[in-house]
Amino acid sequence: MADDTSNAAEYWKSNVRTILGCLVVWAFVSYGCAMLFRPLLAGIPVGGTDLGFWFAQQGSILTFIALTFFYAWKMNQLDAKYSLGE
Amino acid sequence: MDQFIINLLFVGASFALYIGIAVWARAGSTKDFYVAGGGVHPITNGMATAADWMSAASFISMAGLLAAGGYANSTYLMGWTGGYVLLAMLLAPYLRKFGKFTVPAFIGDRFYSDTARLIAVVCLIVASVTYVIGQMTGAGVAFSRFLEVSNTAGIWIAALIVFLYAVFGGMKGITYTQVAQYIVLIIAYTIPAIFIAMHLTGNPIPMFGMFSTHTESGVPLLDKLDQVVTALGFGAYTGGVDNKLNMVLFTLSLMVGTAGLPHVIIRFFTVPKVADARWSAGWALVFIALLYVTAPAVGSMARLNLLTTVYPDMATQTENYDKAAQNPIRYEDRPGWIRSWEHTGLIQFEDKNGDDRIQMYNDDSAAFADTAEKRGWEGNELSVNNDILVLANPEIANLPPWVIGLIAAGGVAAALSTAAGLLLAISSAVSHDLIKNTINPNITEKGEMLAARISMAFAILLATYLGLNPPGFAAQTVALAFGIAGASLFPVLMMGIFSKRINNRGAVAGMLVGLLTTLLYIFTYLGWFFIPGTNMLANTPENWLFGISPQSFGALGAMLNFAVAFTVANATAEPPQEIQELVESVRYPKGAGNAPHSNAALNH
Repeated sequence: MADDTSNAAEYWKSNVRTILGCLVVWAFVSYGCAMLFRPLLAGIPVGGTDLGFWFAQQGSILTFIALTFFYAWKMNQLDAKYSLGE
Repeated sequence: MDQFIINLLFVGASFALYIGIAVWARAGSTKDFYVAGGGVHPITNGMATAADWMSAASFISMAGLLAAGGYANSTYLMGWTGGYVLLAMLLAPYLRKFGKFTVPAFIGDRFYSDTARLIAVVCLIVASVTYVIGQMTGAGVAFSRFLEVSNTAGIWIAALIVFLYAVFGGMKGITYTQVAQYIVLIIAYTIPAIFIAMHLTGNPIPMFGMFSTHTESGVPLLDKLDQVVTALGFGAYTGGVDNKLNMVLFTLSLMVGTAGLPHVIIRFFTVPKVADARWSAGWALVFIALLYVTAPAVGSMARLNLLTTVYPDMATQTENYDKAAQNPIRYEDRPGWIRSWEHTGLIQFEDKNGDDRIQMYNDDSAAFADTAEKRGWEGNELSVNNDILVLANPEIANLPPWVIGLIAAGGVAAALSTAAGLLLAISSAVSHDLIKNTINPNITEKGEMLAARISMAFAILLATYLGLNPPGFAAQTVALAFGIAGASLFPVLMMGIFSKRINNRGAVAGMLVGLLTTLLYIFTYLGWFFIPGTNMLANTPENWLFGISPQSFGALGAMLNFAVAFTVANATAEPPQEIQELVESVRYPKGAGNAPHSNAALNH
């Protein structure tokens, strides 16, 4: 039982760490690149405008897709590692 | 063939398709569709979720707002997709493990409190009704144009059809109908966009075309657009935003709202496995993104097309915009699409300087007033409702009549599928969570169904009435609904999973504070219960607290919700042992068991 509990606690910790990592990227592309840091990226031209604009209208959406798939993949690994999957 | 007939044919054919699939699906083994293990593949479920989720706001209204606001309105794009990341990581897998079918059911059980359940029902109803108002606005625009009636008549027709669809359909529960709706919707959206991108840039893929060179003038499309709009006194399309705080909060508000909206969450309750809930969220986002990366292209190209229709000389110009601006088209030479939209009242022309020509420019800009005066302009003469842009797009670009019919079918599909989903979420909350679980546990199955239908009828009447004088364009009204859901439901759902310490009192206090502060802020600027004229302050940026718009307040409401729930919970007794064990159990996929019968979820 003690083993089970610590096993489960480890699993949950890894999950929370994964989520935090993903959320850092999530915030960086949308609130960072597309909004707050846009002036810093103004020098990088993308088809008639700058990189920040691209992140605001396309880049962040593409990153979000990658993040959700990464999370699903990573959690499947964790489910298997800790034998807590279905 | 007459355009009117073609529209009816396309809308009719798409309905026949949905009904056909529903009948075919019923005839087969119902078990295959609903029961865990066998059922729906995450890709299929993702597609159905995308149809459920993309409403009139995404389909009809969003590109129009992008066209009008340019960079500033990128918030809609990021907010409505970024929320899926939150949903996939913070809510969906655990709520699936929990294994109940409504959001109030989770809140009631997790916080061992009927008061919490009741407040969750109220939050759900307020958010969903507001959302339906936005759908009615959008559907009204679609019906008024395609049936060639006034906007008001269009809204009432839409209300009737949504009601019949939601009450007699039951189609909602059938995933394959929604897959068909998604396919109709995405084809309708992308085909005109491809034609237009080809025409303007030679690049057939809209998301790339938007960043390519505008063929007629030889400059990049976005550069071209910036030049045209600034020549008419508007802010640059790709220009920055002064109030970044509001932009950040608005995006955050849409994101937490996406993760807190009951009709979206409900989809993840019924996937076969916990792992599938995670994959489904990813696939749903892929299918949503297909439309969302096309929308900014549609918006920018439509804006350029619209302005070069009014000022034909501007299309080929690279320098002398002043001269081009002085040669707009004559009113009597206006294209057919302006004529047809004038019937709906959503395009209006007033010849303010009496020169028989159409002047369209930004008459709000003080800096531009001198230029306008020199050109002999006495005010903007053509007002175009943002919500018509996507629907008018094929006509503006002179596309064949069948494309116009297709987009009619797509717009109707988008509005109907979401409105029906919301009405079912409302009716299940009223009949199941409110009446059966709280007021009258002995109600018969028949009585429960009757209560469900009455609440649906009531919700749609209310939404239609308020939709006649909507608090904003479809997407703006929908954004309010997201703020309400994000401020009230998202924080307690998340804390219910990620904290064992949050107790019944904390959750109740958090939800109340989140809901009430957000509503108070919204009603202050948009009128009590959205009734026009009852607002206490004019809805202008100068009046907003710290420049925060009513649409953005949801993010602050959510923060208040978190803070109050945390403080109250820590000041009162911790949750009983069995609740802490419940929280522990939702965190691990092991032993999830079968998904609840989705039909049961929807009929409750």
